[in-house]
Amino acid sequence: MTGWILRAEGLTKGFTLHLQGGTRIPVLRDAALTVEPGECVALSGPSGAGKSTLMRLLQGNYGADAGSILLRRPDGGVSDLATAPPREVNALRRDTIGHVSQFLRVIPRVPALEVVAAPLIARGMAREEALDRARALLRRLNLPDRLHGLPPATFSGGEQQRVNLARGFIAPFPLMLLDEPTASLDAANREVVIALIGEAKARGAGLVGIFHDLDVRDRVAHRVVEVAPLREAA
Amino acid sequence: MSDDPILSARGLSLSFGAVRALDGVSLDLWPGEVLAIVGESGSGKSTLLRVMAGEARPDAGAVTYRDTLGASMEVHGMGEPALRRLARTEWGFVRQDAREGLRMGVSAGGNVGERLMATGARHYGSIREEAARWLERVEISPSRIDDRPGTFSGGMRQRLQIARTLVTRPRLVFMDEPTGGLDVSVQARLLDLIRGLVSDLGIAVALVTHDIAAARLLAHRLVVMREGRIVEEGLTDRVLDDPRHPYTQLLVSSVLAA
Ligand SMILES: Nc1ncnc2c1ncn2[C@@H]1O[C@H](COP(=O)(O)OP(=O)(O)OP(=O)(O)O)[C@@H](O)[C@H]1O
Ligand SMILES: Nc1ncnc2c1ncn2[C@@H]1O[C@H](COP(=O)(O)OP(=O)(O)OP(=O)(O)O)[C@@H](O)[C@H]1O
Ligand SMILES: [Mg+2]
Ligand SMILES: [Mg+2]
Repeated sequence: MTGWILRAEGLTKGFTLHLQGGTRIPVLRDAALTVEPGECVALSGPSGAGKSTLMRLLQGNYGADAGSILLRRPDGGVSDLATAPPREVNALRRDTIGHVSQFLRVIPRVPALEVVAAPLIARGMAREEALDRARALLRRLNLPDRLHGLPPATFSGGEQQRVNLARGFIAPFPLMLLDEPTASLDAANREVVIALIGEAKARGAGLVGIFHDLDVRDRVAHRVVEVAPLREAA
Repeated sequence: MSDDPILSARGLSLSFGAVRALDGVSLDLWPGEVLAIVGESGSGKSTLLRVMAGEARPDAGAVTYRDTLGASMEVHGMGEPALRRLARTEWGFVRQDAREGLRMGVSAGGNVGERLMATGARHYGSIREEAARWLERVEISPSRIDDRPGTFSGGMRQRLQIARTLVTRPRLVFMDEPTGGLDVSVQARLLDLIRGLVSDLGIAVALVTHDIAAARLLAHRLVVMREGRIVEEGLTDRVLDDPRHPYTQLLVSSVLAA
């Protein structure tokens, strides 16, 4: 099979807490995950098992201790995120990996509309067109127009999360990572997110998500991958 | 982004008596990239910046600059005149103390215009116009164009210094604590200004800062220094969220606790 978008193998990740006397926290050992185009994979497992850790590895936010994370880029080439130098990770984040984190990291003074349009502008789209698309997506997520020009710092949790979602879904990334994308949303907006996920699948994106809302999970995910806690070892 | 670094440092060492301010530092900076340099007081950050900018000579090691045409040159081997020309044109330096980066006896417009003239601008009217445009860009009212920086607040002076530095569209800018000594709200505004200008103009920046949040906001890559050495480096968010070196863990934890 050569169709995969993401192929992670042998992933091992732990933390050494030097400020706590060098305590070792092993989290993942020899984890594997393959995602095909058009497929949505849900990660499940008890709290603390390492779901978010795995997502962060797939985004390049955490560094793997061992293993490979192969990603198929839009240009057809393959990169190993686990060993890619910083500049290549930044390029992968621009072109290949879309990411909706659980919480928006607000940038002081930057209006919501610009936050959402940024990934398109980074890919070279003309500013006006990028802002138009951002506006349309924010409207679809029911974020009132009067908020578009304001920095999200003072927004409610659900409003911030919709800005975050719009930023993640604005560009056609081949791989989408979703950490609790519907956690702070009302029912109507949850439906919008489910539709956005459906559209991403339809255009051939691969998705990996953590969905604590089992109803959402059952509606969007093709399969569930269990992240099992490691026994205390080593 | 080009594949060749704009600036490469290799094996830089510099001691002041018994103090090893730099102890074998190597790093690369690519065009359009913002690299933040963080670390405790006395770890050698300012010294590193000064050595990279050719203002101090290392005991060992070399710094290579690749110019607009792709030609490589040794920063410490090109001679004073060539270095001064670079410092006036393709490079810029934003100092923590604006009084060191500005000419305090010259008007705001003159401070900006002077850099323009150094790169060959001659027409008085257009220099003044461009200076006014830049004052506006850094949010200083053009009505202050004839005032001297001594009459400005700290934040305004710092913005003026940024205008003076960026007006010639340098390719490489060194910044040493550009927001140090300013109120938090003034800092946020200045950081936002720097963020916008740097990405609009595609400038490579080596930024020394104590402010981890500023590094996260501005930098593509992060270098952590301690006792003259680089102890950890990499993607900014990875170094901050998944720090490996004991010192980086201490640095990050003290920020969260603060
Ligand atoms: N940056 C970090 N430094 C130290 N330990 C960490 C770090 N990130 C995660 N861990 C540890 O890794 C383990 C797995 O955490 P993770 O957040 O991946 O769990 P999770 O499966 O997402 O749980 P939840 O369902 O509660 O969100 C936990 O023991 C956590 O404390
Ligand atoms: N010209 C000099 N003469 C003597 N010692 C110097 C000189 N310049 C720097 N040093 C010493 O070198 C060490 C590194 O200084 P440097 O200014 O590079 O630190 P820094 O990391 O910028 O610190 P800070 O965060 O406090 O600005 C310090 O111990 C300093 O006292
Ligand atoms: Mg989690
Ligand atoms: Mg210093």
